[in-house]
Amino acid sequence: MIEIFEYGFMQRALLAALLVGTLCSTISFFVVLKRLSFLGAGISHTALGGIALGLITGVDPIFSGSVFAVGTAMSTGYISRIGKISEDTIIGIYYAAGMALGIALISSFKGYYPELFALLFGNILSVTVHDLIFMALAMVIITVFVIIFFKELLMICFDEEMAEAGGLPVVVIYMGLLAAMGLTVMVSIQLVGVVLVAALVVIPGAIAYRLSKNFRGMLFLSIVFGLAGSFGGLLISYYYPVPPGAAIVLVLAVIFALAMVARPLIDKYQAKQTGVNNR
Amino acid sequence: MKETIKVDQVQVVLGGKAVLEDITFSVSSGELTGIIGPNGAGKTTLLRTMLGLVPIRKGQLEVFGVPVSRLKLVRPRIGYMPQRKSFERRFPLSASDVVAGGLLTPETLLRPVSAKNEKIKKALQFVAMERYHNQPFQDLSGGEQQRILLARSLVRQPELLLLDEPNAGLDFPAQQSFTELIQSLKRERNLTVLLVSHDLMSIASAADKLVCINRTMHIHGHPADVLQSPSLDEAYRCQFDLISTFDKGGSRS
Repeated sequence: MIEIFEYGFMQRALLAALLVGTLCSTISFFVVLKRLSFLGAGISHTALGGIALGLITGVDPIFSGSVFAVGTAMSTGYISRIGKISEDTIIGIYYAAGMALGIALISSFKGYYPELFALLFGNILSVTVHDLIFMALAMVIITVFVIIFFKELLMICFDEEMAEAGGLPVVVIYMGLLAAMGLTVMVSIQLVGVVLVAALVVIPGAIAYRLSKNFRGMLFLSIVFGLAGSFGGLLISYYYPVPPGAAIVLVLAVIFALAMVARPLIDKYQAKQTGVNNR
Repeated sequence: MKETIKVDQVQVVLGGKAVLEDITFSVSSGELTGIIGPNGAGKTTLLRTMLGLVPIRKGQLEVFGVPVSRLKLVRPRIGYMPQRKSFERRFPLSASDVVAGGLLTPETLLRPVSAKNEKIKKALQFVAMERYHNQPFQDLSGGEQQRILLARSLVRQPELLLLDEPNAGLDFPAQQSFTELIQSLKRERNLTVLLVSHDLMSIASAADKLVCINRTMHIHGHPADVLQSPSLDEAYRCQFDLISTFDKGGSRS
């Protein structure tokens, strides 16, 4: 097993898995609590439009995709607040429009864009040092934001009305969360691709939500399972002919299924223990 | 008695439509005032205007003598308990964590707020829930959750408490026990309470005054007078025979 650390591309892939796994599972904690799961899919598909635009115009597709991803996330939040349109309706529109823009741009220009296919389906093994720097930078920005506003973010996820009544700058902090989500999705696209990225910002939090009844435990478990999924998927793809993105998502999905089964068993065990202690 | 809330000819327009028109009443210090009206009457909107969450188009609204536009000056003196539907019931927080949420203000940004704060302990004591402080909020019954949410609105030791449908979704014993808790808190802590409810009889027996609205002001006064008034029938667009079950002393017959 040690031989996998000898290859430069695997070292970079493992580092990318560490960065993206931690980042996605932290954001996933808020995505699940604020019920933003569908937004992840919307952002990634809209980002495709930005990626295609970047490839065609010669702008770094990661940059143009990031602009689209963050713009989609923030404008979804803004429009749903000022207009009388629900968030899922706006996401549904963005999702299709972003994808349509991507398809239209790609098909109207002749040429072969290998980067596009890497971004569509992800290719963690082709991560460059430049990509790692972008991931690390995104991680620093998002981690600082989450640490500074953690208690306010938690309050906004639990009871936004009460947070507003307390005078908290709810809109600013919520927009910050959406921007962080947009950036996270874009960073993770390099790992698992546009098609599968939504799973990475939903499943770790969903597993932890199922297993923990307190937010500290939920955040910890979300990160643990996010990393387990990233590393587990990467190892599977090293030994078996499965693309890394698909392997990562499948590992996470299996852990989620196990968590679904485990929760009632944990409850039963805890009830039994409480009964023993009360006797 | 000093006026805690003064509402004078208030108009609220949302989405180009007047949802409140010409609302006028006042609430004196230490009073428990019930806001009643049919569904869609604007009761919650009225409460939200008092928190500065909904802007007023016309008229004047003062809380502790301060216009609502400058509400941040008196915000620490106001406790608020929104409707139960505003939060996710399976959220992974302990009872103390939920109460700690009431301490978050613009002043606590960038500052830690511990769930072991003395104010949290006291607030849980006010609602007789201190032994549940470590319990997951999701494991509590509906009535217990309401008490924890009440503790959250009391954690900054406010002088004015705004409650939005606190009894909604509770069974009758839980409703009765919650209403008794509000009354005892009001007496012991000299709280001014404004309570929105659609349950006429329960609020009429607990309140010192009732304000009946349905987009516009219908009647404001002692519960027995409000229940006898034809304005109540007008507001609800149906005929009531409530006074036969309610005597002027404020108790059920």
